[in-house]
Amino acid sequence: MNQPINLNSFREGPDEDGRFGIFGGRFVAETLMPLILDLQAEWNKAKTDPAFQAELKDLGAHYIGRPSPLYYAERLTQHLGGAKIYFKREELNHTGSHKINNCIGQILLARRMGKTRIIAETGAGQHGVASATVAARFGLPCVVYMGATDVERQAPNVFRMKLLGAEVKPVTAGSGTLKDAMNEALRDWVTNVDDTYYLIGTAAGPHPYPELVRDFQAVIGQEAREQILAAEGRLPDMVIAAVGGGSNAIGIFHPFLDDKDVQIVGVEAGGKGLDGEEHCASLTAGSPGVLHGNRTYLLQDADGQIKEGHSISAGLDYPGIGPEHAWLHDTGRAEYVPIMDDEALEAFQLLTKLEGIIPALEPSHAVAEVIKRAPKMRKDQIIVMNLSGRGDKDIFTVGKILGMEL
Amino acid sequence: MTARMDKRFADLAAEGRPALVTYFMGGDPDYASSLEIMKALPKAGADVIELGMPFSDPMADGPAIQLAGQRALAGGQTLAKTLQMARDFRKDDDATPIVLMGYYNPIYIYGVDRFLDDALEAGIDGLIVVDLPPEMDDELCIPAVAKGINFIRLATPTTDEKRLPAVLKNTSGFVYYVSMNGITGSALPDPSVIGSAVGRIKAHTGLPVCVGFGVKTAEHARAIGASADGVVVGTAIVNQIASSLTADGKASAATVAGVETLVMSLASGVRASRLAAAE
Repeated sequence: MNQPINLNSFREGPDEDGRFGIFGGRFVAETLMPLILDLQAEWNKAKTDPAFQAELKDLGAHYIGRPSPLYYAERLTQHLGGAKIYFKREELNHTGSHKINNCIGQILLARRMGKTRIIAETGAGQHGVASATVAARFGLPCVVYMGATDVERQAPNVFRMKLLGAEVKPVTAGSGTLKDAMNEALRDWVTNVDDTYYLIGTAAGPHPYPELVRDFQAVIGQEAREQILAAEGRLPDMVIAAVGGGSNAIGIFHPFLDDKDVQIVGVEAGGKGLDGEEHCASLTAGSPGVLHGNRTYLLQDADGQIKEGHSISAGLDYPGIGPEHAWLHDTGRAEYVPIMDDEALEAFQLLTKLEGIIPALEPSHAVAEVIKRAPKMRKDQIIVMNLSGRGDKDIFTVGKILGMEL
Repeated sequence: MTARMDKRFADLAAEGRPALVTYFMGGDPDYASSLEIMKALPKAGADVIELGMPFSDPMADGPAIQLAGQRALAGGQTLAKTLQMARDFRKDDDATPIVLMGYYNPIYIYGVDRFLDDALEAGIDGLIVVDLPPEMDDELCIPAVAKGINFIRLATPTTDEKRLPAVLKNTSGFVYYVSMNGITGSALPDPSVIGSAVGRIKAHTGLPVCVGFGVKTAEHARAIGASADGVVVGTAIVNQIASSLTADGKASAATVAGVETLVMSLASGVRASRLAAAE
């Protein structure tokens, strides 16, 4: 782990050029620059517009179902015999994950900008479903790019998107996973600049996306902070979340970053192990590079070619990570650790049996880290974990691996 | 700035015709064939060479150039080998300007200073790096210009009057006007629209303006060349290479010959395209 640097605040980034330290920035083709600058100008206005914030709050309460509960996982706590474990129940949101928080925010921005067509990329399909949902709610056509491999392994979400009226375009270029879907969405955007809004699903991409996605997701951490203070009268000792691109993690981390006594832990997809090629641990096993509009940690070879990631969870299957996580990693404010496919799978089953909650495979990685850490902590210590999505979409994948007939 | 580029455009201006700028992907489908293609380009009438640096995630390119990049990478191409290709080419040709075109990450990983030194030594005259807009000039543009390598910028239909000065500020060599919003290999828009866009850019700069994205035939080249200082052809050449390959993706006898024939035809187009007397 890096030596933590002393900053007055870890919550002031990015700077006006979209940088978190050396990370972030605006590495995009010239065609997109004017759009990104427009988006930034609109976002700067919306941030401080009481009407925008009021509408966001209203939709949050009545459409998403916010605030999501902070739940004391009593049986898991007893089973592990250490720290008290709380889950931030983002899986109870409308559409089943935290993704909707960002989608509602961005579609309001798109509407302010007069855009009439929505495009999005998706890996596991959670962001695609959330995008298709808000597009339906606001009556806008929506095209979702999804890697052909993911279309196959996330069939239920593909069907949901289609029901919601979105057009799902399978991407066969490259390896047919999330990064290829993102390439294809950028190509669509560069071709349809006048009417199209690109609804990025994670806290990555060119500035201002990492900032605005974080701000729309920070409601998770703001609520969790108030809820744990109400429940326990103090802040947690540790906050844990799974990290793919990193939107659910930055959402819960950000409001705690200046609480120096709160340990922050991000969990990356270790896939089949970091020794081989089959993982998605950008921070633990990657190096800084430039992709999809930002400088961040990437899985890449010695020539700067981007590698394919692997994870049991399609939502973590991205060879990069949001730039703010790269910066939190390098400053030492947050710690990032890998969890392997089989550990996540065990955690998935344990949580289902002990708490009656079927988690998505993405937060199952975070659950696996909780399983490792809680027993080593005192009983008066507290962990808050972001349970970012529900596992209904994953039961087929899990069933297949476990050799169960569905 | 490198003398080759400025001399080439000055000579062409004196001759009264636009430049034919030809793009191909370095290492597609293999190093030796690709070097032969590169050597054939000026002989067939190309005036400036754009040497593509393959990248795994070419966000601004269409399927043709993405596949060419995948073929090159599968054939073992690296940035070091692309520089070596330029070096090999320079043994026989010290007059044709070479512009490296691609994405930033392989350069960033190679190391900016080391890359610029090696590029200069290999006889590179300019760089086009798609994902480095003016806001990112500190990364590569300013160090490149300081070392005497042209940094050629893309201007697009979305680059409005307000933005043009920023785009042109550190640009040298020539300006590459992308004739439409979109990816490489799309359809060519109306030449009269392009003509007025070229005029708009020329009101802001004395640099030559070359136009690309969508040029496929000698007739396109002639029409675009009526208003532009240069015509860029990329996807058509890359497609020509792709169509010549054997079933298992290897070069055939037609690979180099096919490019020669196409480029000769395009060259006849730019040569039929006299610039207006006002130029």
